[in-house]
Amino acid sequence: MKNKKIIQSAVSSLIFPLVSIIVAMLVAVIFVMWAKHISFIKGFQVMFKAIWNGSFGRKDNFIETLVYVIPLLFTGLANAVAFKTGLFNIGVEGEFMISIAVGAIVGTIQGIPPVIHVILVLISGTLAGVIWAGIVGYLKAKVGSNEVVNSIMMNYIALYFSNYLVMGPFNQKGLAQTADIQPSAMLWRFLGENYRLNIGIFIGLLMVVLVYIFFWKTTWGYEIRAVGINQYAAEYGGINIKKNIILAMAISGGIAGLGGAVYVSGIQHHAIQMVSFTGYGFDGIAVALLAKNNPIGVIFSALLFGALNTSSISLQMANIPKQIVFLIQAIILIFVASDYVYKWIAEKRRKGALLNE
Amino acid sequence: MNNAGIPIIVALLASTLRLATPLIFAALGGLFSEKSGVVNIGLEGMLTIGAFFAVYGSFKTNNPWIGIVFAIVSGAAIAAVHAFLSIHLKADQTISGVAINIFAAAITSYLLMVLFNRQGQTDGVTSLYYPKEAMLKIPVLGKFLAELNWYVFIAIALVIVTNYIFYKTPLGLRIRAVGEHPKAADTLGISVYGIRYLCVILSGALAGLGGASLSLSNTNIFREGMVSGKGFIAIAAMIFGNYKPFGALWACLIFALADAFQIVAQGLGWPFPSEFYSAIPFIITMIVLSGFVGKTVPPAADGIPYEKGEK
Amino acid sequence: MDFVVEMKGITKVFPGVRANENVNFQLKKGEIHVLLGENGAGKTTLMNILYGLYQPDEGEIYVKGRKINMKSPSEAIANGIGMVHQHFMLVQNFTVAENIVLGKEPKKSINLDMNKAVEDTKKIADAYGFKIDPNAVIEDISVGQQQKVEILKALYRGAEILILDEPTAVLTPQEIEELGIILKNLVKEGKSIILITHKLKEVMGMSDRVTIIRRGKVINTVNTKDTNIEQLAEMMVGRKVNLVVEKKPAQPKDVIFKVEKLEALDHRGLPALKGINLQVRAGEILGIAGVDGNGQTELLEVITGLRKAKSGKVIINNKDITGKSPKEIIESGISNIPEDRHKRGLVLKYSLAENSILGMHNKKPFANGIIMNYAKIKEFARKLIDEFDVRTPNEDVAASSLSGGNQQKMIVAREIAKDPDLIIAAQPTRGLDVGAIEYIHKRLVEERDKGRGVLLVSLELDEVMALSDRIAVIYDGEIVGILDAKDATENDLGILMAGGKLESLSKGGVQ
Repeated sequence: MKNKKIIQSAVSSLIFPLVSIIVAMLVAVIFVMWAKHISFIKGFQVMFKAIWNGSFGRKDNFIETLVYVIPLLFTGLANAVAFKTGLFNIGVEGEFMISIAVGAIVGTIQGIPPVIHVILVLISGTLAGVIWAGIVGYLKAKVGSNEVVNSIMMNYIALYFSNYLVMGPFNQKGLAQTADIQPSAMLWRFLGENYRLNIGIFIGLLMVVLVYIFFWKTTWGYEIRAVGINQYAAEYGGINIKKNIILAMAISGGIAGLGGAVYVSGIQHHAIQMVSFTGYGFDGIAVALLAKNNPIGVIFSALLFGALNTSSISLQMANIPKQIVFLIQAIILIFVASDYVYKWIAEKRRKGALLNE
Repeated sequence: MNNAGIPIIVALLASTLRLATPLIFAALGGLFSEKSGVVNIGLEGMLTIGAFFAVYGSFKTNNPWIGIVFAIVSGAAIAAVHAFLSIHLKADQTISGVAINIFAAAITSYLLMVLFNRQGQTDGVTSLYYPKEAMLKIPVLGKFLAELNWYVFIAIALVIVTNYIFYKTPLGLRIRAVGEHPKAADTLGISVYGIRYLCVILSGALAGLGGASLSLSNTNIFREGMVSGKGFIAIAAMIFGNYKPFGALWACLIFALADAFQIVAQGLGWPFPSEFYSAIPFIITMIVLSGFVGKTVPPAADGIPYEKGEK
Repeated sequence: MDFVVEMKGITKVFPGVRANENVNFQLKKGEIHVLLGENGAGKTTLMNILYGLYQPDEGEIYVKGRKINMKSPSEAIANGIGMVHQHFMLVQNFTVAENIVLGKEPKKSINLDMNKAVEDTKKIADAYGFKIDPNAVIEDISVGQQQKVEILKALYRGAEILILDEPTAVLTPQEIEELGIILKNLVKEGKSIILITHKLKEVMGMSDRVTIIRRGKVINTVNTKDTNIEQLAEMMVGRKVNLVVEKKPAQPKDVIFKVEKLEALDHRGLPALKGINLQVRAGEILGIAGVDGNGQTELLEVITGLRKAKSGKVIINNKDITGKSPKEIIESGISNIPEDRHKRGLVLKYSLAENSILGMHNKKPFANGIIMNYAKIKEFARKLIDEFDVRTPNEDVAASSLSGGNQQKMIVAREIAKDPDLIIAAQPTRGLDVGAIEYIHKRLVEERDKGRGVLLVSLELDEVMALSDRIAVIYDGEIVGILDAKDATENDLGILMAGGKLESLSKGGVQ
C-alpha cells in the first residue's frame, strides 16, 4: 500500500518533466523544419539523429557530454539551494565566472604540493562564490533590495572584473587569457589526457549527496526549507529569516564557486577573456527547475542539458543552427514555469470524481 | 559619433538622453505590467526581440518606420506569452520572465541565422531620418537638439501620456485597483484578467519600441548581446522611481548619465582600466537600489497570480 | 409569491469538498433573511454564487422571477444585487470616493471626473445618513467606517438586494445595534437583505426569517419569531450544544508575565501601542477584548519578538525579554497560538511531523547538533496526534491536507507541548466548527487549571467573556479598562471598546 503510493508519486513527478522535454523537442523540430525547409518527419529524424550522435551515440561524444555535465551539476545545485529558500539566484553565472578567474590565479602559483594545490584552488573558488553571492544575500536580508536585480548586476560586475584580472595583472602575454595553471593544481583526468573528463564529476556527485543530506537531514535544511515555503511561519517558529537568507545565498554561491574552480582546474586550465557570459549559470536555472529543485533530479536534468550542449557541433554539421539547443532549453523552461496546467488537470479530475459520486 | 566642436557638457547631456530612451521605454513598460500586478523581469528579452525585429522590418521594407512597427508588434507578441503564462497558467512570474529572456536570446540568434544568414550581427539597414541640419538652425538649443533623435521626444511624450492614463482616467484607476486588490476589482465587475493582459501586452509593446531605439538609431544593426542588462536596469529605475512614471524618468536619466559619463570618462585618460568604467552603471544600480528600496512601495498584489473563484 | 431571489438546486463542488449540495433558497421582497450556519457550512459559497463570483455546477438562479445566468459580478450588479464581503473589498490606498466609483466611474470626455465622484459619494452618503469623508483614504478610517463604504458601494450601483457576509464580526456591540438600525432603514426603502452569520443572538435580534445550512445542505427555513436560540443551535450543529464554557473559578497565583508602558509602531510607522500595561498571573486567563485594528496584532507581535518595541518592557518570570529574538522568547517560556494559522502557525507543505516541532526543531531529542532525528520527531508527532485527537491518516501527510479544526488542534498541541509558563492564544477558534471550538476552549481552561497563564486575544466578545477570568479592553493602542469577568457586561465592554468611559472605572478600577 505505502510502496504503491511512493511509486505513484515518483511516476507522477517524473511525468511532468518528461512531457515538458518531449513537447519542447517537438516545438524545436518546427524550427528545424523552417531552417532547413524540410518536412516535420524529416526534421524530427535529422534533429534527433544529430542530438543522439552528438551526445550519447559515440564514445567520444558521450565522454564530452559528461564533461558538460560537471559544471551543470554545480550550477544546478546552486540554483536549487536558492530556490528552496524562496530566493532566485540568477547570479550563479557571475559566481561561477569570478571563481574561474580566482581559481586560475591561485592555480598558477608555483611550488605548492599537488593535492594541497588542488584543494587550495577549490577552496579559493568556493570562497569567491560565497563572497559574490553573500553580498547579494546580505543586501536582501539587511536592506531588503531585490536579489534578482542585484544578482544580475553582480553578473555584469563579475564579467568586467574577471576580464580585468585576466587582461590586466594576470594576463599571459600575447593571449586573451591567464597562464595555464600548474600541473599540481589540475584535477585528475582519469581517462587519460585525451579526454577532458576528470574527477570533478565525482566531486559534483558528492555535492549532490551533501545537498540532499543538508536539505532533509539537518536543522539548517529544515530551517532553509521552512523559510522558502512560508517565511512568516518560520519567523514565528524562532527561525532567523535574515540569517537563513544570507546562509542560503552563501551556500548557493559557494557551490557555484566550487563549480567554477572545478571547471578551471579540471577542464579549462586557465581563465579567458569573456565577451559575454559562459551560460553555465543560466543553464543551471533550467537544470534546477526541471529537477524541481531535487538534488537527485539535478543529476538527470544536468545530463539532459549536457547532452544538448554537446550536440551543438553535430547539429551544425547537419546544417541545423546550433541555437536550436538554446531554444529547446528556453521552451523547457517555459513549460516548467507553467506547471499550473498539470495541477489544473489533476484538480479537474478530482472534482469530476466528486461530482459523479 | 563625431562630437567635435560641441561643448562636452552638451555632448554629455545629449548622450544621456539618447542612452536613457531605451531605459525609459522599458521602464514605462515595466510600470504598466507591475501596476496591474504582474512582475515583468522579461523586459530584457522584450527589448532584445524589439531590437531585432526593428532591424528586420527596416531590412525587409527599407522603411525604418515599419521597422518600428515590427518592433512594437513583436514585443507585444512575446509579452502576450508572458501574460498567458503569468495570468492564465499562474506561472511563477519571475521564472516565466527569465524563460522569456532566455527564449528571446535564443530565438534572435536563431533568426539571425535563418533570416540574415549571419552570426553575431546583422547587416546595416536603412536608418531613421532625423533633421539634424534643421535642428542646428534653432537658436541656443540647436546644437543640443541636433544630437538627439526622434526616440527621445517619443519617450518623454510617453512618460506624460502614461502618467495621464494612470492618474487621470478611469482606465488608470482600474489598473491601479487591479494591482492593489484584484478581488475588489473583480467584485465590481472589472475584468482582472482583461486589464492584466492589456497591461502586460502594452508593456511588451513599449519594451519593443525601446528595443528599436537601441538598434535602429545609431548603428542601425542588431548585434547579439546589445541589450546587455538594460532591461534589468529599467526595472531598477522603475523601483527607484517609486513605481511612478516621472520617478522612473528621473531614475532612467541618472542611470543613463552614469553610462554617458563612462564613455566621456574613458576619453579623459584617468588611470582606471576600461572594465571599471563598463561596470559603473551596474555598480550604481546596486547602490541606488539598496539606498531606496523599502522606501518605495510596490503595488500590493504585485507578482501574485489572481485566481478567479478562489476558495 | 414575490420572491426577489430564488436559488434552485444549487450544487457547487471544490476539489475535495462538496460546498453546496442541492440548495434551495428564497428571499422575499423587503425582508431581512439570515443565512445561518457554522464556519465552513457553505453559506459564503452560496452567496458568492448568487453574486456571480463562483459558477454553480448545478442549479438555477431567478431574480424577480427571471432566470439569470450569473456568470460574473457585473451580471449580479446589473440585476440589482450588491454584496459586502467579510474581508472588505477595498483598495487600501484609494480614497473613499475612488473605491465607491471604481468600475462605474463618472467621466468627463475621456477623463475620470473626480469632482463628480466626490459629489456623488456625498449625495448617497447623506441620503442614507452615513457620516463619511469622501476624500479620506481607506487605510486611515476605522473598520466600522470601512463597512459603511462597502454598503455605499453597493447602493451607488443601485443595489436592491444586499448581501452582508458576517458584518458584525468587526463591530462593537453598540455598532452592531447601529447596523441593525441601518438595515431596518434600508428595508423601509424597499431593499431586501441577506445576512450571513454564525452568531445566534444576532439572528434573533435582526432577522425576519432564517435559513439554516449544515455541511452544504439546507436544513430548514423558519420564521424568526417561531424559533429560539436553542432550536437554531441544534439545527446548525446537528446535535444539542452546550453554549457555555464550563470552568471552575480560577486559582490565580503570582504574576508571571508583565507588559510595562509598551509602545510600538505599526507597519506604516504610525503609533500602534501607546503605553500598554498588562499583568498575567499563573493560573488565570486574561482576555483582551477590542475591535480589530486597535493594536492587538502589534501587541502580540512585540511580545513574541516579531516586531520591535519603541519603548517599554515585556517581562516573563522576572526576565526582561523586550527586543529578544522569537527563538529566545520561545525558550523563556512563552507559547503562541497565532491568529493566522496558515500564515504563521503552520508550514502547510511540511508534514505534520515536521510541523509538530517547529520552534523546537533544534532541541534534543529532535536534533543532535545539526543532524535531525526523524525517528524521534515522528514518535513525538504521533504522541501529539493521539493525545489531542487530531484526525489524520498519519504523521507524514502535509499539514495542508487537514481540516481547519484539526490543523488548529495540531498547533495547540505543539504549543502546549513546549511546556510554557504563558500561552498566548490569538483568535484560537476563528473559522472553526463548534466541535473544535469546544475542544480548544476546554484545553485552554485545563492548561489554566494546571497553573499556566493564558493571554487570550479575540475579536469575538462572546469568546472573551466565556473564557476569561479578567478582561482587558484595548482601544487605540491603550488598555482602557480591566474588568473582572464576573462583573463585566456586554454593554460596558462595548462602551470601552468604542473608546467610551465607564463611571465605575474612574474610581480606580484600572490597574
